[in-house]
Amino acid sequence: MPLLGHLSLWVAFLVGLWGAITGFVGGARGRGDLQQSARHATFALCGALAVAVLCLEVAIFRHDFSLQYVASRTSRNLPTFYLWSALYSGQEGSLLFWAAVLSLFGALVQALTSRRHRAYLPYVAAVTSLVATFFISVMLFAANPFQRLPFTPLDGQGMNPQLQNPGMVFHPPMLYLGYISITIPFAFAIAALLTKKLDAEWLVAVRKWAILSWLFLSIGLILGMWWAYVELGWGGYWAWDPVENAALLPWLVLTAFLHSVMIQEKRGMLKKWNLALILGAWLLSIFGTFLTRSGVIASVHSFTESPVGHFFLWFLLFAAAATAVLYVTRLPLLEAEAKLESMVSREASFLFNNLLLIGIAFSVLWGTLFPILSEAVKGTKITVGPPFFNQVNVPLGLALLAMTGVGPLIAWRRASIPNLQRQFAVPLTTGVFVLLILLVAGVRDFGALMAISIGGFVLGTVVQEFARGARARHRQYGEPTPYAIVQLLARNRRRYGGYIVHVAIVLLFVAFAGMAFKTETEATLRPGESAELKGRDGHVYTFTHLGISQYNALNRQVTAALIDVRRDGKAIGRLRTEKRQHVNALGNKTFEPSTEVGIMSGLRVDLYVVLAGLVNGTEQAVFRFTINPLVWWVWFGGFVLVIGGLIVLWPGGAPVAIKGSKAPFAQAGYAVKLEPQA
Amino acid sequence: MSDISRRGFLAAALATAGAVIQDTVRAGRVYDPDRAGRAQTPITAADNDARIQAIEKKLRCTCGCGLDIYTCRTTDFQCTYSPGLHQEVLRLTGRGKTAQQVIDEFVAQYGQAALMAPPKRGFNLAGYFVPSIAIIAAAAILVRALRRWTREAAAVPVRTTLPPTATPEELERLQRELDRLDA
Repeated sequence: MPLLGHLSLWVAFLVGLWGAITGFVGGARGRGDLQQSARHATFALCGALAVAVLCLEVAIFRHDFSLQYVASRTSRNLPTFYLWSALYSGQEGSLLFWAAVLSLFGALVQALTSRRHRAYLPYVAAVTSLVATFFISVMLFAANPFQRLPFTPLDGQGMNPQLQNPGMVFHPPMLYLGYISITIPFAFAIAALLTKKLDAEWLVAVRKWAILSWLFLSIGLILGMWWAYVELGWGGYWAWDPVENAALLPWLVLTAFLHSVMIQEKRGMLKKWNLALILGAWLLSIFGTFLTRSGVIASVHSFTESPVGHFFLWFLLFAAAATAVLYVTRLPLLEAEAKLESMVSREASFLFNNLLLIGIAFSVLWGTLFPILSEAVKGTKITVGPPFFNQVNVPLGLALLAMTGVGPLIAWRRASIPNLQRQFAVPLTTGVFVLLILLVAGVRDFGALMAISIGGFVLGTVVQEFARGARARHRQYGEPTPYAIVQLLARNRRRYGGYIVHVAIVLLFVAFAGMAFKTETEATLRPGESAELKGRDGHVYTFTHLGISQYNALNRQVTAALIDVRRDGKAIGRLRTEKRQHVNALGNKTFEPSTEVGIMSGLRVDLYVVLAGLVNGTEQAVFRFTINPLVWWVWFGGFVLVIGGLIVLWPGGAPVAIKGSKAPFAQAGYAVKLEPQA
Repeated sequence: MSDISRRGFLAAALATAGAVIQDTVRAGRVYDPDRAGRAQTPITAADNDARIQAIEKKLRCTCGCGLDIYTCRTTDFQCTYSPGLHQEVLRLTGRGKTAQQVIDEFVAQYGQAALMAPPKRGFNLAGYFVPSIAIIAAAAILVRALRRWTREAAAVPVRTTLPPTATPEELERLQRELDRLDA
């Protein structure tokens, strides 16, 4: 099987090259036979890489430790659940996963794209094949998953304990899917540039793909936060780690695109900007991959330093240069079809929203790269950690949150003063009311005050939009309010699904603000002894150490502490926190002991307990107790975000006015039918 | 030490040994202590001192994890660097040094990389202010562009999708309809 897998990689490499060449040449010369060949190449590429993936999975499940990848990532006693995820838990396997999924997306695009967008497809096939071929070449020349060892060990080294968590089974593939699927909008953008068909048609072809990428990235980011929270044991979920930042960058740029694309669809404006955003999002996804795999910046996420970093750097530079040249040569074809009529308009508010999103992306990128810049310019090694990122990004984030509420309140084209007064009255009142309640409740943390009161303003906006829409439907069709709301969502999924996403953003910001009220303590407890910790929710929590137990599980030796938890003296449950010493099937220790956190999650606070270790080998143990406010709302906010994204993504339901190059006039957002007067 | 009599010293040693034995008996030895990771020492009041934690949150652990000393030493409790750095912070504060003096000592010993955020001076100012300056500059350019676009739009005669024969009454009804939808 390994030989077949290796051969499949070579076949995929050659097929990918063929697809790229025939796609570009066929598209440029208008040769139908070459275009057809490029299309077929995408299917063949997908098939060859599917065989390679299958071969690696079979090797993993058969415990074929003659393969270096299998021996270094798995062991005979690794639970089956994690054998699946071993495919992408290491450098070589994740490259194969990436190439295979990209080839699958490339084939799906060829199969599913409607006829009216066929003109783009040869170039789309060429770009997807070229990118996949690059990943395959990295595998073949620097990180081969089918590399054999000179001898076959009895057992493998096993999987890193921190990866043996359900979050790690789903977080990386979701993030990869987000990164990978950006290639499809990028390929359409390149195709639009090459074919010079730069009207809104290419946007229609890529819109769903862009939303899909955004959704996958969102899920990947949220799952990554959840994994960090439940597995790493530091009591938080976002540390501004370079690799976290790298995943956030394309998400921010795609979010900007999903807003600004509406202006091009409705008004035929921002063509240059939208193209730049898609091209930038893809380049940032490759940049993120470079950061993760090159070891150029220290990160807890990084794969070990390896030569693949050089491959990614050169590929990134080549792609950026080629894209920039193509983009600049097409600028004269990207003139806007309409003019902005007022500074106070939905279009202008979206532009400011874009400014903030790209501003945040820039500051995150700047902060991530600044240590390298500092060392290159001044020769001084510095650290840019959470204090820097929070200082720079919190004000920008709050401004962006406010724009989330402002945008929907301003009319397209031009807003009048009476219209603004009518639109802003309820949301602003809500925001001020929330602020007053917080002040009366004694909240003094400026960031939290701002985040929650601006969140109130945004919620006021969303509720008002739903209420007005439902009222209009009630007046027009006599629908009861709940049904009218469902109809609103069903008939204009993009707009109202977007509002659900805005609600999710509010939930996330409020939950983030909750971390300002975190309390924690460390304590040494013998069995029967207790530690008390007062939360900012006003309750006193008592943690009583009940005892230590040790036992063997499938691939680990467990030391578990049981904690009785009381709130204001009343029992509310028990927590269990563990130290795990992983072993292979021969009983040999494979990694340093790891910690499993005990978490009791609630709507107001999470109780978070970490077993630090034992004193003198006795049951006397050291614990860290943390009360994390509002963390549950991060996960709920993430869930709402995904629901909102799915509503937006769901096919049909939203007639969108496309502003093509031949459409003669700019239009307002409403269509009004004038009936003859009675 | 010279002030302590031999009897007093023996009594203290016996009391300490007794306490350790009592602790061990009370707490009970576990089957295999090695499974529970690095042995811990009991937490002291200084470990939970908010002032110490605040200092440690500004200083980076040297183990390469990228976390601050406090977070690193209380995360997996396996790091072999952060406990030593914690002791160093305790030693310096124990000598009566202020938070800033402790931080300065760390910078003198480990360089600027010891800080979780670079100090706001020299080239580092670029780190702090370039994003803000870039965003302000972009906002200024955007506002200027918006003004130019709106001026150009005002100069172009307004074209509408309404039939050229629309009467003032029809236009007024259209406005009413739009207002009703907005309301």
